[in-house]
Amino acid sequence: MKKIRVIFIFVVLLSLQFMNAYGVQRFPKPDFESGYLQPETLQPSARAGLLAIMDVSVLALALALVSWLVLKKRSRTGVFWTSVFSLAYFGFYRQGCVCSIGAIQNVTLALFDKSYVIPLAVLAFFILPLVFTLFFGRTFCAGVCPFGAMQDLVSFRPQKPDPRLNAVLGMMPYIYLGLAVLYAATGSDFIICRYDPFVGIFRFNASFGMLIFSGTLLVSGIFIARPYCRYLCPYGVLLNWASRFSWRHLTITPDKCIQCRLCEESCPYDAIDIPVVDLNPEGRSVTARKLILVSLLVPFFIVLGGWTGSRLHETLAGVNGKVRLAKILLEPERYRDQPEPFEVTAYKSSGKPLTVVYDEAAGVLRRFYTGGWLLGCFIGLVFGMILAGRLLTRYSTDYTPNKGACFSCARCVDYCPVEKNGTKEVKP
Amino acid sequence: MEETAGDPKLNRREFIVRSIRVTAFLGLGGLAVLVAEKSGSGETVWQLDPSKCIQCGRCATNCVLAHSAVRCTHVYAMCGYCDLCGGYFKPGTKTLNTAAENQLCPTNAIKRKFVEDPFFEYTIDEPLCIGCGKCVKGCGAFGNGSLQLQVRQNICVHCNQCSIARSCPAEAFSRVPAKKPYLLKQITLEGPKSGG
Ligand code: SF4
Ligand code: SF4
Ligand code: SF4
Ligand code: SF4
Repeated sequence: MKKIRVIFIFVVLLSLQFMNAYGVQRFPKPDFESGYLQPETLQPSARAGLLAIMDVSVLALALALVSWLVLKKRSRTGVFWTSVFSLAYFGFYRQGCVCSIGAIQNVTLALFDKSYVIPLAVLAFFILPLVFTLFFGRTFCAGVCPFGAMQDLVSFRPQKPDPRLNAVLGMMPYIYLGLAVLYAATGSDFIICRYDPFVGIFRFNASFGMLIFSGTLLVSGIFIARPYCRYLCPYGVLLNWASRFSWRHLTITPDKCIQCRLCEESCPYDAIDIPVVDLNPEGRSVTARKLILVSLLVPFFIVLGGWTGSRLHETLAGVNGKVRLAKILLEPERYRDQPEPFEVTAYKSSGKPLTVVYDEAAGVLRRFYTGGWLLGCFIGLVFGMILAGRLLTRYSTDYTPNKGACFSCARCVDYCPVEKNGTKEVKP
Repeated sequence: MEETAGDPKLNRREFIVRSIRVTAFLGLGGLAVLVAEKSGSGETVWQLDPSKCIQCGRCATNCVLAHSAVRCTHVYAMCGYCDLCGGYFKPGTKTLNTAAENQLCPTNAIKRKFVEDPFFEYTIDEPLCIGCGKCVKGCGAFGNGSLQLQVRQNICVHCNQCSIARSCPAEAFSRVPAKKPYLLKQITLEGPKSGG
């Protein structure tokens, strides 16, 4: 009897291999006579919501503390120890999720996907650092962001990269931001989380590829201070913009700059604007010509970028699951000799009509077309603006931190010999 | 740059900067209101829908955790307590005993215990389970489907974007309210289906 059943079941297994015969009550629930008590199915719950409130409070407190340390106390040591705390708390204790950088995607998704409900804590992680930056500069980067803290700890021998290379690499965060917004808005992927170099370290496990990526980043971080911050971080773009218009900002000198040049080499991030004094100011006509050139170049780059982006929209959309499925279903020959892709198996068992799949994919493609244009225009605009920034000279007399690029780490502060009330006590 | 009150150029600059700052504030505020309007104060967590899952095996390999947070969950209320458990035994097993080579589970994480004739209780040893879904497939194919894969919320580290979700071929993953974090399929009292 048992043998027959085994054979029967074996046959059924073969025939059912790819059918979704899920959740069918084939065998009735037994009536136990021995007084057997059926165990509960354990459903342990997630971290209590209270802890989310704690995260946001810690974030706000840390932001306030660092801002005070930077602007009032002017204490590098204080900033350093806060950043160590943030690394321990947001990095290793909270394991890097959710972070302000990734929250860009949640906010974008919430704007574009009506069904997505964004947790308030995530929204706070996105908004709070930006608000603080509008007030006090990038104090978030100085001592709250665990990524920044991590890289800050390893920057032993910072070198100055070539300025042209610096400018080219400086484009990458904008591209990254644009792509992240595009992929989040189309509901395709959260690429910032996918290519998060540090989360693997925080959790003490990472895939091999990511391990190489984070390793490279950390090792290069010894010589190029904060490589992620400067050449990748998409949130840094937003903070950079906000910081340029901040209400207060860290100053290198507590009083008046005496042009002693002591701080010139102090910034590991190349974020100090050295004075450009107009001994020989360029003529009006030269400036006018440059301005005309810029006003022609910028629109040109915008259109060029947009056009390129729209050309690439199919490639970009390849990441999207719906598009991928439609592609597989459209070209069954390509998979003839291989085992059926899981996507097809899942599609078959879902019982969705083919037309729905194609319609959905076409919809996604249309959004990527628009998105490709916008992304391209954005990158073109940024490129044009960076070029314009290099063409046009801004004159200044003092050593000041570049408000956009400065992470407010307060290293340079210790190099300035000027005391608060204008006493010039030049250290040897 | 010094702030000289009398310098009109500086004042104009300061004025522009201030206006942009105020605009940025209003923008951020507006964004927050726009998004927060439909935001829930509660958190969300990732969960997979067992009725969409095809047990492809990616749950075991694609979690950010080396030992996946997805494990097999036994809904006892649906179980038939079969002697010949499709989730426990390899197809074609002749002698129904607990010998390791008979077991479908690669890590022997399912414990079989005699209850009363002819019923057996199956328990998942959760720390051993790797979430491969082999037993789930077997149980779904000729059992009641009481074995189901679930993200165990006490193990999951709650990634902002679940890395299994993006590779799940069945799009079975979604964000669910943290207050109701499991999507277990409960008992469906229909008779045996034809062919099943
Ligand atoms: S630039 Fe980005 S990664 Fe660096 S500290 Fe700022 S937010 Fe963090
Ligand atoms: S605070 Fe000073 S040293 Fe630090 S990033 Fe800003 S300019 Fe550079
Ligand atoms: S990845 Fe998706 S289909 Fe594969 S086992 Fe996990 S839930 Fe099931
Ligand atoms: S959210 Fe992260 S930890 Fe949880 S199941 Fe998904 S990948 Fe694994």
